[in-house]
Amino acid sequence: MSRLHTLVIPWLLACLIALCTIVPLGVVMLSALTPDPAIWSHLIEFTLPELFKNTAIMLLGVGAGVLLLGVSLAWLVAVYDFPGRRIFNWALMLPLAMPAYVMAFAQVGLLEFTGPVQTWLRPHFDTMRWFPEIRSSWGLVLVMSLAFYPYVYLLSRNAFATMGRRALEVGQSLGLSRSQGFWRIALPMARPWIAGGLILVVMESLADFGTVAVFNYDTFTSAIYKAWFALFSLDTAKQIASLLVMLVFVVLVLEQRSRGRRAYAQAGRAAPQPRLPLPGWRGWVATLAAGSALLLAFVIPMLQLVYWASLDFANQFSSDFLGYAWRSVSLSLIAAVLVTAIALVLAYLVRRQGSQAMRNLARVATMGYAIPGTVLAVGVFVPVAWLDNQIIAAMGWQGEVTAVLKGTLLAMLLAFVARFLAVAYSSVDTAMNRITRSHDEAARNLGYSGWALLRRVYLPLLSGGLFTGVLMVFVDVMKEMPITLMTRPFGWDTLSVRVYNMTAEGMWDQAALPAIAIVLVGLIPTILLSRQRDVA
Amino acid sequence: MSALLELQSVSQRYGDKAVVNDMSFTLQQGEIACLLGSSGCGKTTVLRCIAGFEPLAGGEIQLAGRRIASVASSVPAHLRQIGMVFQDYALFPHLNVQENVGFGLGKLGRSEREARVMAVLDVVGLAAYAQAFPHELSGGQQQRVALARALAPKPQLLLLDEPFSNLDVDLRERLSREVREILKSQGTTAILVTHDQHEAFAMADKVGVMHQGRLQQWAPPYELYHEPASRYVADFIGQGAFVPGKVTGPRCVTLELGEYCSAVPRQFADGDEVDVLLRPDDVVHDDASPVTAKVLGKVFRGSEFLYTLQLDSGQQVLAQVPSHHNHAIGEPIGIRLELDHLIAFRRQPA
Repeated sequence: MSRLHTLVIPWLLACLIALCTIVPLGVVMLSALTPDPAIWSHLIEFTLPELFKNTAIMLLGVGAGVLLLGVSLAWLVAVYDFPGRRIFNWALMLPLAMPAYVMAFAQVGLLEFTGPVQTWLRPHFDTMRWFPEIRSSWGLVLVMSLAFYPYVYLLSRNAFATMGRRALEVGQSLGLSRSQGFWRIALPMARPWIAGGLILVVMESLADFGTVAVFNYDTFTSAIYKAWFALFSLDTAKQIASLLVMLVFVVLVLEQRSRGRRAYAQAGRAAPQPRLPLPGWRGWVATLAAGSALLLAFVIPMLQLVYWASLDFANQFSSDFLGYAWRSVSLSLIAAVLVTAIALVLAYLVRRQGSQAMRNLARVATMGYAIPGTVLAVGVFVPVAWLDNQIIAAMGWQGEVTAVLKGTLLAMLLAFVARFLAVAYSSVDTAMNRITRSHDEAARNLGYSGWALLRRVYLPLLSGGLFTGVLMVFVDVMKEMPITLMTRPFGWDTLSVRVYNMTAEGMWDQAALPAIAIVLVGLIPTILLSRQRDVA
Repeated sequence: MSALLELQSVSQRYGDKAVVNDMSFTLQQGEIACLLGSSGCGKTTVLRCIAGFEPLAGGEIQLAGRRIASVASSVPAHLRQIGMVFQDYALFPHLNVQENVGFGLGKLGRSEREARVMAVLDVVGLAAYAQAFPHELSGGQQQRVALARALAPKPQLLLLDEPFSNLDVDLRERLSREVREILKSQGTTAILVTHDQHEAFAMADKVGVMHQGRLQQWAPPYELYHEPASRYVADFIGQGAFVPGKVTGPRCVTLELGEYCSAVPRQFADGDEVDVLLRPDDVVHDDASPVTAKVLGKVFRGSEFLYTLQLDSGQQVLAQVPSHHNHAIGEPIGIRLELDHLIAFRRQPA
């Protein structure tokens, strides 16, 4: 093998992969450097004040909501024993399977004026004026908190399970009561994990498109969509997208800062300790609390969906539905395999090369997970459109052809690579790290190298990680709404696009069946995750 | 002098399984005690009962004349004024050394608290590290921070759960001496739990040997070694081998190696079959001796050898021999019994 081969090819490959993220991000950020005064004066006057206000209310409200729900449920389940605890331990993660936009229209349908709750209450009251309007900022905060609390729950539960009871004991040995121990020791010690969960929630909220659409609540994502698809001003969309990216980076920097010098190596080396029993009525209060969270965040919206779907099942379960499902499944599968394959190549390159530069390149390539889908949709569309024009000009196709790559599956897949590479990469990389240097050396010693090494040693050992990667990306693409909506080829309506179109019209019952299909697929990784992370 | 801590028939069970059974002992003010036993013997559970982390299934515990725990009622752990050093130290990773040590001093004013923190850090020799975070310290330093944190509120009693088990052997010996000096200088009453008898002997005024949830013996280390109360303790503490003997007359026991004639415990009568514990230093190498034994194994320990010897009957004994007597395995050597204190138990049917 030539020197060129071993030196240049890996870097070329890695750079190509990283470009999938760098180009869309660069396109959007460059537009921030070349602001259009006309657009900006309009934005500043009419759009931005409301966007910032709405975003601030959403983030503060949802942040408070997920902290309250996530931390208290995690503490209850990790430290105490009460009737049903083992079930709640994993069941409280079920809302992860339900995309926020599904939760949103289910809850709105339940609680709006014509919904079952108000209909049931109406005969008992003179007026329903006192009933809060669900389509409001508090309704959005409620729905998003219910949809996103599992992130905080999952991370803080694991932290509490390893050090929660120990923290109480240390406190008691120093003269602190249990409640003082919770506030002064357990909570501060779990802070990095709680903060980690909170950051995920903030990112999800900033990136959310479908939920705010149901609530007709304008944030940056919906503003990007409207600028592009309602005002047909791609430039405005780009400018708003650049602001959203900056907001995301501010959050990331804040997260890094908040850790500071305090390195929290591990929550505790001690094995999980037996839980404190909650005897008598106190145990049942805990059961009631956890049970109502589960009912509100999963069971009731799910029942509502099933009810809607059953109303008109024969009609809805039609060839149209099967078409949406088929397109969703095939698209998700293609994207999952492609993204995981790219992740495998990247992880292998990082391992073989092992240099800091390659590691940094991988970090850049996987940065797309923090970038909202609406931004990536814009960021991918712009260069693809430019490329199309170059090709058309070069081939002399003017007038005959308007699009080559624009609006093709390929453009959409590029956006998915940027968005979900991190998901696949983390599971492949975790598996890769379990293969030791001596495995490598043993195989080399026995005469395998290059592709043979990858095929004979790595692939078999990585199969579990690759499967997880494919599964996670598959489910994520299935649930994904903005990229699919904004970059899909003509006629390529998937389940999530169908949900968007029906909820945009307020036809909740028509959106129910595709939504149920999405939730069922989402249940697979959620259950796997809960089994895997269950701390006995 | 009155007892600071008294356990009366304390029992504790997990489900149906008795973990601690009918445990009683008293500890005087200023004494350091050690609960010694192999893992799973219930020693840590006793400590946790005293701390107030586990309810009692039987008996009661008194601290300074006040009942702090019984089956019916118990003083909450945080009101007992009992400090604890945890096995994994459980230092707060988000606080620096000074804040960790000052954590239990919430009731004091700011200046008082700072003075106390610095005083305790001085005692454990870490005054220079007040601003450091736990992860920046070595294992031994973390251990001393944990000790300082537990000592700072001036607890009536200090509990240490396997305090040195996470450290390497050299450090363990040095720290156990240091910790004993610190505790003694502060007049602290303490109980530690360990499975390491060297650590127990180095640290403790009183040692309690535990086995299967029961206290086998509660005595000073010297007594434990030289007057073990049960076969288990004799076997567990130190090295040695049981050899069969027969009581001959009111003052003598005859063994294969020779005869011991001094004082025979009263419970034995003439003609009783007994097992006699021979420590390695009870068997002396003597070329002039008529009794010989074959070398089965040897361990070089620098100044001496520890030989495993086989007598003609096949019985094995241990002998501690100065290391200039270097004998090959298989070689017969002359030995003599030099027993100045008899430890014997009635022969158990095989």
